[in-house]
Amino acid sequence: MSEHVRGAIAEVVRREWSTVVASLVGDLGDLGLAEDAVQEAAEAALRSWPRDGVPDRPGAWITTVARRRAIDRLRRESTRRSKTEQLARLEERLGATDLGGGAEDGETLLRDDQLRLLFACCHPSLHVEAQIALTLRSMAGLTTREIAHAFLVPEATMAQRLVRAKRKIADALVPFEIPPDQQLLQRLASVRHVVYLVFNEGYDATAGDELIRHELCGEAIRLGSLLAELVSDDAETLGLGALMLLTHARRLARSDRQGEVVLLADQDRSRWDRRMIERGTELLDRAVRLGRPGPFQIQAAIAALHADASHADETDWAGIADLYQELTRISPSPVVRLNRAVATAMADGPSAGLELLDDDDLAERLALYSYFHSARADLLDRAGFPEAARDAYQRAVGLLTPGPQRRLLERKAAKLGHRA
Amino acid sequence: MKYACLIYSTESDPAANPEPGSEAWGPIMEGYQRFGAEAEAAGVMITGEPLHPTSSATSVQVRNGETITTDGPFAETKEQLGGFYLLECENLDQALEWAAKIPHAASGTIEVRPVPDFSEL
Repeated sequence: MSEHVRGAIAEVVRREWSTVVASLVGDLGDLGLAEDAVQEAAEAALRSWPRDGVPDRPGAWITTVARRRAIDRLRRESTRRSKTEQLARLEERLGATDLGGGAEDGETLLRDDQLRLLFACCHPSLHVEAQIALTLRSMAGLTTREIAHAFLVPEATMAQRLVRAKRKIADALVPFEIPPDQQLLQRLASVRHVVYLVFNEGYDATAGDELIRHELCGEAIRLGSLLAELVSDDAETLGLGALMLLTHARRLARSDRQGEVVLLADQDRSRWDRRMIERGTELLDRAVRLGRPGPFQIQAAIAALHADASHADETDWAGIADLYQELTRISPSPVVRLNRAVATAMADGPSAGLELLDDDDLAERLALYSYFHSARADLLDRAGFPEAARDAYQRAVGLLTPGPQRRLLERKAAKLGHRA
Repeated sequence: MKYACLIYSTESDPAANPEPGSEAWGPIMEGYQRFGAEAEAAGVMITGEPLHPTSSATSVQVRNGETITTDGPFAETKEQLGGFYLLECENLDQALEWAAKIPHAASGTIEVRPVPDFSEL
């Protein structure tokens, strides 16, 4: 079989993965068994589709085969009472054969199956790293190897993490349910957190295959829309969706042909995805109209102000500095305070920014964060303190591994050295 | 599924664990009575017992056929096991909801552990 055909089939399988897994978990109530069965069905697809052609409804094909595999497995182990119940349910579903494609009820069913699976993957009884890994495996259909690669851990470590998490879900009976109303808001917050981490993993990662990273962002956006459909009146959920769209819209302008990072100020803004910006802005407007501001909405609003400027010089820095001030008030993390200082410097001059950075507590907490030192260096340079700027650049350089980012800062420090 | 709710708290903290019979003891006992009645009424209660403080504990180990007995609990921890409930719940979410209602959840930690059913094997 040609690599091309194999790749195309793998792509179809990945697209259908979460739907099929979610549907089987609905039948079985067992994530481990469901994934094993779907994995076997996917391998069967790789064997038979090149010969027989890709079926009209690949998702239905994989689901049927996976159900049969699960039945085979359960028959072999059916001395356990609970397995017999699972078996009866599966056989009934297999008899009905309808995946629910087309009909509106079917669509809702599919969506709810996926949400149930997502809430189980992001259950607060699991470690957050396990939540992310499970979400990538079950919802995004990434292989264990791809997830290990994205997190820079050995494949065996990631495999073990996934196995442990699935065992806990099974042993402790973590429910595959959309939480009841009184728990929903709290549970939504942890799902949003995981979805945003998945997005950042795709967006910020300094290593990993570019294709997979774009896919992570795309998947996070898809999960965000799934949540937004469930709670269309939850402002922060809409805010998260808006933030991801407005950020991902810049993806094509973020690196040059050599793969070097292009900073926001230097990006070719004609390469920004205008349609995605429109969708993000729409979502943000809907969120803001609900009148319940929160960190995701504020960050989305900042991204929207960047998107509004057709040239870096036209950026509304005063507006951005105000938004950061608001963000500092409700979620005062050191990195947010740093970003606020940088925005304030752009709006009111370098001294105003430096004043906000002149804080022992902040300096201590960001001491190992290279961007803190390089941002401070830039402000010191612009404020007319070249020697202090050079020292700060050198501190930033010392915190970075060799690469384009470090080379850039070394050049800046060297330039100041000559001037001093 | 059965879940064990293990109640951990700092024995030496008089606010969390007042002397039996003292003034502060009353309200905590009332809290436990309320919890017991509620769990009973909901049909989730199987059993539950308080434990004497760890100063009353004896640890036993058998090594090479020899029984070694030592004073005190097996592990010295910041919070000590002070009692437990065994609850029958539909799933982990329900068990966690009940665990949060146990009075010492407010001052200590409730560890929720599923109980395996080996009769199915």
